[in-house]
Amino acid sequence: MAEFTLPANSKITAGKAHPAPAGAKNLRSFKVYRYDPDDGANPRMDTYQVDMDTCGPMVLDGLLKIKDEMDSTLALRRSCREGICGSCSMNIDGQNTLACLKPIDDCKGEVKVYPLPHMPVIKDLVPDLTHVYAQYASIEPWMKTETQPPASGERLQSPEEREKLDGLWECILCFCCSTSCPSYWWNGDRYLGPAILLQAARWINDSRDEATGERLDNLEDPFRLYRCHTIMNCTQTCPKGLNPAKAIADIKMKMLERAG
Amino acid sequence: MAAMFKSTNLRSPLGRARGLGTAKEGLHHWWAQRVTAVALVPLSLWFVVSLIRLAHGENGGFYDWLLSPINATALILFIAVGFHHGVLGLQVVIEDYVGDHGRRTVLIMLTKLVGYALAALAIVSTLIVSLGG
Repeated sequence: MAEFTLPANSKITAGKAHPAPAGAKNLRSFKVYRYDPDDGANPRMDTYQVDMDTCGPMVLDGLLKIKDEMDSTLALRRSCREGICGSCSMNIDGQNTLACLKPIDDCKGEVKVYPLPHMPVIKDLVPDLTHVYAQYASIEPWMKTETQPPASGERLQSPEEREKLDGLWECILCFCCSTSCPSYWWNGDRYLGPAILLQAARWINDSRDEATGERLDNLEDPFRLYRCHTIMNCTQTCPKGLNPAKAIADIKMKMLERAG
Repeated sequence: MAAMFKSTNLRSPLGRARGLGTAKEGLHHWWAQRVTAVALVPLSLWFVVSLIRLAHGENGGFYDWLLSPINATALILFIAVGFHHGVLGLQVVIEDYVGDHGRRTVLIMLTKLVGYALAALAIVSTLIVSLGG
């Protein structure tokens, strides 16, 4: 159901202010969403004055500086710090993106950081991704074949066939796209969302896969696929520059193609 | 979606994601929306131009205008396609925003009943006038 207001226990309150260390001159204000499931309190926005003279250029650098030097209770996911693992996806300055790829200088005014929108929050900037991972498992994201592999052990693909996977294989499953999609906000229990549908397209377009029809069958549903109304928030927000809206449109065209 | 995360829901995540399976439909509705939208482009243009010309008295009176079989056919097509497109679109809006299955079903049913009844009324009225009733 569409939820236009936050539930009472999700309304954000004013948080604590963490001043800059003594002697710091080049300051930047970070406002960070904080939620602790253990204290029973509503979420709050804490403010941190970060010394930019001793901070790296990216928002992730700022958050890790906060965690290391100012407030070790801050929880966030991060790993590769170079835009390939997808762990540090969050909502920064009003847009879903990867904290490690978002320059602090690109943020207007205070650097506002929230977890990915409309997901259950485990703590602070850590959303619960259980359901979206289960949706990923539901499309069976592995190659399905009945034909035995050739003696060489390698299933061949022409360069043209391989090209069809470009723009699909690069997805790092950060879920910036799915959590920017209103259809996923309102109907995410059944709608697969742009990230999973892009992954579905990745296997539907794989010339080596022999379960294309079965994969299309599993998407032929008003909620799983057709909740996409091509508003393209997904494409606009993708930190890898991919186009999930086009991947979804391609799936619909394949549905049409096989119908006649 | 919130119901999925209630502590009483102990179904496995994959079980929840698979849910009741696929409805094995959706393409027809999506495609019908596109076909009706394309049909409405010329029909709407024709309708607006006709109204402007009628307002300027260029086609005689409305009654005379509707005696033409071409005008009557185009108007009936505009009504039928327009209402069908409207009902399809409203169904999508309801599916998007009304989560409760019972309420969603009742609203979609009402939309179809009222939409197609109004379309029938408009078509029958057009026929009565155009057939000289």
